[in-house]
Amino acid sequence: MRTAFAAALLIVAGVLGSAPATAERLVASLTNHHVTITSNYTGVELVLFGSVQPDAASLGRHGPYDIVATITGPRESLRTRRKQRVLGVWVNTQARIFVDPPAYLAVLANRPLDAITSADNLRRMQLGIANKPLPELIHNDIGEVSNDPFRAALVRLMTERGLYSEQSNAVTFLTPTLFRAAITLPTQVPIGDYAVDVKLFAGGNLIAHTESAFEIVKVGFEQFVVNAARDHGILYGIAIAMMALLTGWIASVAFRRD
Amino acid sequence: MQIFLPIADIPVNVFLVLAMGLAVGFLSGMFGIGGGFLMTPLLIFIGVQPAVAVASVTSHVAASSFSGAIAYWRRNALDGTLALTLLAGGIVGSAGGVALFTWLRTLDQLDLVIELSYVTLLSVVGALMVAESVRAISRSRRGKPAEMRRPGSHIWFHGLPLKLRFKRSKIYVSAIPVLAIGFIIGVIGAVMGIGGGFLLVPMLIYLVRVPTATVIGTSMVLIFITMTATTVLHAATNHLVDAVLALILMVGGVIGAQFGAHAGARIRGEWLRLLLGLLVLSVGLRFAFELVLQPDDLYSIRLIEGAV
Repeated sequence: MRTAFAAALLIVAGVLGSAPATAERLVASLTNHHVTITSNYTGVELVLFGSVQPDAASLGRHGPYDIVATITGPRESLRTRRKQRVLGVWVNTQARIFVDPPAYLAVLANRPLDAITSADNLRRMQLGIANKPLPELIHNDIGEVSNDPFRAALVRLMTERGLYSEQSNAVTFLTPTLFRAAITLPTQVPIGDYAVDVKLFAGGNLIAHTESAFEIVKVGFEQFVVNAARDHGILYGIAIAMMALLTGWIASVAFRRD
Repeated sequence: MQIFLPIADIPVNVFLVLAMGLAVGFLSGMFGIGGGFLMTPLLIFIGVQPAVAVASVTSHVAASSFSGAIAYWRRNALDGTLALTLLAGGIVGSAGGVALFTWLRTLDQLDLVIELSYVTLLSVVGALMVAESVRAISRSRRGKPAEMRRPGSHIWFHGLPLKLRFKRSKIYVSAIPVLAIGFIIGVIGAVMGIGGGFLLVPMLIYLVRVPTATVIGTSMVLIFITMTATTVLHAATNHLVDAVLALILMVGGVIGAQFGAHAGARIRGEWLRLLLGLLVLSVGLRFAFELVLQPDDLYSIRLIEGAV
């Protein structure tokens, strides 16, 4: 079933891609494609902006436009655990492993998703957090679990950390064809590559889409520390141990209390 | 002032972390404990991942206990022979503890074992210390000698062979119980990821009858040696020691330890034991409440290291 949907989606995308002359063109870009993390990083905001370029054929044919932008961060496997009371003590009794869910997921739109297009379309295009596949590892098998409380907990906890968000008022149309959207990256942002997928809807139908990307990297001293810790573990450890003994010794000389 | 931690991947307030290092370092220098059992939960509370917290705290403990050990050494209040004997037992114990850790992990109940042993150890040790020191204080209030250096007759294991004279501590006991204590601390340290100072201090005081005066400095020597080695091991195997976090904690810790060692030397032994007992007991009770009370959120998420 899923493959059939995917195939259908591909055909739709193919039709759109191969016939740009008969439809609107969607152009989008980001203010910054390269977010650097330095020692004073405390979160950042990127701006996605773009415009819809109607051609002669489509001019005036469509109603107002709708934009849905999905920002997907790097993927990391997570374990969601549930506590239960056992002999009066709360312990983690059950756990589910989620295979490579995005560590950051933001769905930005100019109005509620269900007002933009049908629930069926949203599901097929995997739009909105509820429609994102978050596969779990079940008995060495990877699959989706519907109505899973562990999935709901994962989404809730990630939302509380500012890593997952779905905002129906984040995209603003400055003119009927020019839009902008703010992408908020929290302080505990995962390092890596981020994909930005922008979809243009009109009258409930997908009429164009475009993609962009940005990366979050550490630079300078931060990157040096990460490389040293990863590539030269023993030397790095000895350096830290020496640092510990040195600071201990300096303090015992400088703050002598007897 | 916020600063980004490269390995922990979060920004923290420098002054907050510095103050935490200072406070825990003070307690460390005063009581001869490493303070890892206080610092690790504090770091997790401000948002550092548990694995990074455990790994980075070891370097803070190494720094503040080294700073404290120098202060006690200057005051001639540490027993080198005792520290080395404990260390010999500790090395064997650590190896055993790592094996036990691996075995527990295959049973998939490691978290529970660690939590329950934490609660039990801290509460029992804390309660025993409070009870004993209150008795000692009330005894001194009634005008009797408070310091019962060698109460009653020797415990049976004091008569074991391999007797050693620990000059600084003015005790003459078998090396076997001392090695055994080092071994137990080594096992517990490896399984629970702690230096074990809060267990070592009362064990030396109550079981081997080491005077409170030398026990703290001796404990600091043992802790600084094991924690320096643990820092290198953590960095080499898990790559999770955060140099920036470690440095901020250390700077606070080493200064705090100097003042703590000074304060510790001015407090009477039984009051010191009472305060340490109360500290250990309250941390134990906090963990106990956490286990017994219904958590706000039944669910938690954790990163899986390595691919699935």
